Amino acid sequence: MTMVYEKSKGLTDVPFHYCPGCTHGVIHKLVAETLVELGVLEDAIGVAPVGCSVLAYKYFNCDMQEAAHGRAPAVATGIKRVHPENVVFTYQGDGDLASIGTAEIVHAAHRGEKFTTIFVNNAIYGMTGGQMAPTTLIGQKTTTSPLGRTVEHSGMPIRMSEMLATIDGAKFVERVSVDTPANIRKAKKAIKRAFECQIQGKGFAIVEVLSTCPTNWGYTPVKALGWLQENMIPYYPLGNFRDFEEDK
Amino acid sequence: MSKVLMKGNEAVGAAAIKAGCRYFFGYPITPSSEIPEYMSKALPEAGGVFLQAESEVAAMNMVYGAGGAGARVMTGSSSPGISLKQEGITYAAGAEIPCVIVNMMRGGPGLGSIQPGQADYYQSTRGGGNGDYRTLCYAPASIQETVDYVMLAFDKADEYRNPVLIAADGMIGQMMEAVEFKENLNKNLPAKDWATTGTKGKREKNVVNSLFLEAEECEDHNLRLEKKYKLMEEKEVIYEAFGLEDAEVVCVAYGTTSRIVKTAIKLAAAKGIKVGMIRPITLWPYPYAIYKDINSNCKGILGVEMSQGQLIDDIKIGIEGRMPVYFHGRTGGMVPTPAGILAEIEKIAGGTK
Amino acid sequence: MEEKVIMAGFGGQGIMAIGKLLAYAGMLEDKQVSWLPSYGPEMRGGTANCAVIVSDEAVGSPLISKDGTAAIVMNLPSLSKFESELVPGGKLIINKSLIDVEPKRKDIEVYYVSANELAAELGNPKVANMIMLGAYVELTKIVEIDSVLHAFLKVFGENKTHLVPLNKDALLKGAEAVKVRA
Repeated sequence: MTMVYEKSKGLTDVPFHYCPGCTHGVIHKLVAETLVELGVLEDAIGVAPVGCSVLAYKYFNCDMQEAAHGRAPAVATGIKRVHPENVVFTYQGDGDLASIGTAEIVHAAHRGEKFTTIFVNNAIYGMTGGQMAPTTLIGQKTTTSPLGRTVEHSGMPIRMSEMLATIDGAKFVERVSVDTPANIRKAKKAIKRAFECQIQGKGFAIVEVLSTCPTNWGYTPVKALGWLQENMIPYYPLGNFRDFEEDK
Repeated sequence: MSKVLMKGNEAVGAAAIKAGCRYFFGYPITPSSEIPEYMSKALPEAGGVFLQAESEVAAMNMVYGAGGAGARVMTGSSSPGISLKQEGITYAAGAEIPCVIVNMMRGGPGLGSIQPGQADYYQSTRGGGNGDYRTLCYAPASIQETVDYVMLAFDKADEYRNPVLIAADGMIGQMMEAVEFKENLNKNLPAKDWATTGTKGKREKNVVNSLFLEAEECEDHNLRLEKKYKLMEEKEVIYEAFGLEDAEVVCVAYGTTSRIVKTAIKLAAAKGIKVGMIRPITLWPYPYAIYKDINSNCKGILGVEMSQGQLIDDIKIGIEGRMPVYFHGRTGGMVPTPAGILAEIEKIAGGTK
Repeated sequence: MEEKVIMAGFGGQGIMAIGKLLAYAGMLEDKQVSWLPSYGPEMRGGTANCAVIVSDEAVGSPLISKDGTAAIVMNLPSLSKFESELVPGGKLIINKSLIDVEPKRKDIEVYYVSANELAAELGNPKVANMIMLGAYVELTKIVEIDSVLHAFLKVFGENKTHLVPLNKDALLKGAEAVKVRA
């Protein structure tokens, strides 16, 4: 019998708690596979955030720390400064990274901290029940923007990758999506590149992954993928904003 | 080793390095800025890392990360900065991360003043952050004690896997006194086999965490922590006390204020008034038991503090209603004077004559 | 024996430095010492002051409040501010070069030293502070001049050895100034 698929050794056997159709599972898998493929799983130290992926420390099969809301980049800084030879990553959502933890991510990037951030953007607060995020789109209804987000009241949705790409210390910045098999393959490539950026000691690396939240968006998983394609990608264009090769 | 004259803030840094601390994350604030200044020079020389964080919040979370990664790590600040660190402190307590936090207290509330204060007593002893947790808290009264207790703090942090606070005041930070650095005690401390260092394929993964989504699990965790705190209450109380057996008045003070009180006690003695003293060196755990040694003819207890009277609660717990408790203090950065304290002592001593 | 001295003047007059020298010299003689500076906005321009205590016993309050045994004042604002901090019989050493008024109190010992002129005589106006310190040490005998010079190298570094003779001259000149008057 031929083995055609095997769960990555980068993941534990703990079953995910994520909602049906949520793409966190896919993104976890990509990160875990990357750590294994690069041969760094045993050197990896991950930092889990507060939000839907708060339990990520149970799923990644490596040493993990659980951080306070938004502080994962500060915690990762502490870890990496103590263990510069280890591979350190944060896994954060949009409420965590783009709202309460903006200062931490901006300054970690600014210092060129040599860790890798996986930033999962689903345009909403999932864990707390579908409130408005800084990444929530204009007109998007959430439990704290019941009539839809307006520019007048809340400003435009924040584009983190574009902002971080302006920072010298951020050596790899790319936005990807996991809505199609092709995009998932591209996402995997970007994640790998982001870890290589760290391993080669280039500086800070971040991959923003557009993700769905069928539960809080109120769509079926398939419809949620369609909504991501029709609404998120036009506002959050996919692509590479910074690569360390350019900086040579 | 011979004595050197050192400023309190610099002595904190030197003591930390002597104790094996190699990581410092901080943010400048008066009157503790010489701690990061000193560390920025001395730590790289000692093979360590100093990092000026973008905020007090980030600094404390960097301490969390570094401590969780197994390092001896410290941060230092002053009152408003320590308020900002409370998030990281409660997380470190919950995740059982050893670390040392130095507070050179200044006048408050809010931005307050930059002159010395002791109004962070509640914050230091009652838990400044959320949840059921305790932090060992040393209140040194001289630069020598500051050095000694900073060094001890690292050992205790490791022994109990707990954050340890140093609650000093701006005067301690700014003052220079002679100090002698003793050899680090480093008695048999437990191995940090829980730290995140990468599994190297040789062990199960380690997780540093304060989250327990199941209430039962969270309660179990809290009960386990409570056992640790009880052990600290049994083993870690430190205080200085004298004259309790025949005192007409007993003064209670800590930190720099205790030295001013000692001067006042000498003045009182010259006037024929017997004054005893209790000086808590650990603000938590608190030396409640020593209050039993106060003679029953004592006319009252006088708490003295650079605050509006935050230490009074613990005095009342200690004295169990056996005698009246009074307070004398200055606040907002003002410092009590020996004369002011003496006047209060005289009032209490003469009250029933 | 316990000496509680306030040193005060403009920022840049070397007030903090002579405070540290006295404390260090006391420590070298195995005495108990403390040096407490004013800090904060005060140290950004304007007056600078520090409180130094040198004692045979453990130092109680490191603050000096109405119980100073001596004060070295190098400018006029310092005289107004610290005259009242002395005990009756306390020594007030006034820099006559910059202060042309007399203290109000009559229950203290007052000494005048033209520190800036005397420093100019030595060819270096920067040592006016050392002249004041020399006068203070002569009046109180709290430490030996040699201890101050030893402390000088400890505080400012061994590479300042070449400045020791000048500073020794300044200390002695200050001492001489108050000897004459006494």
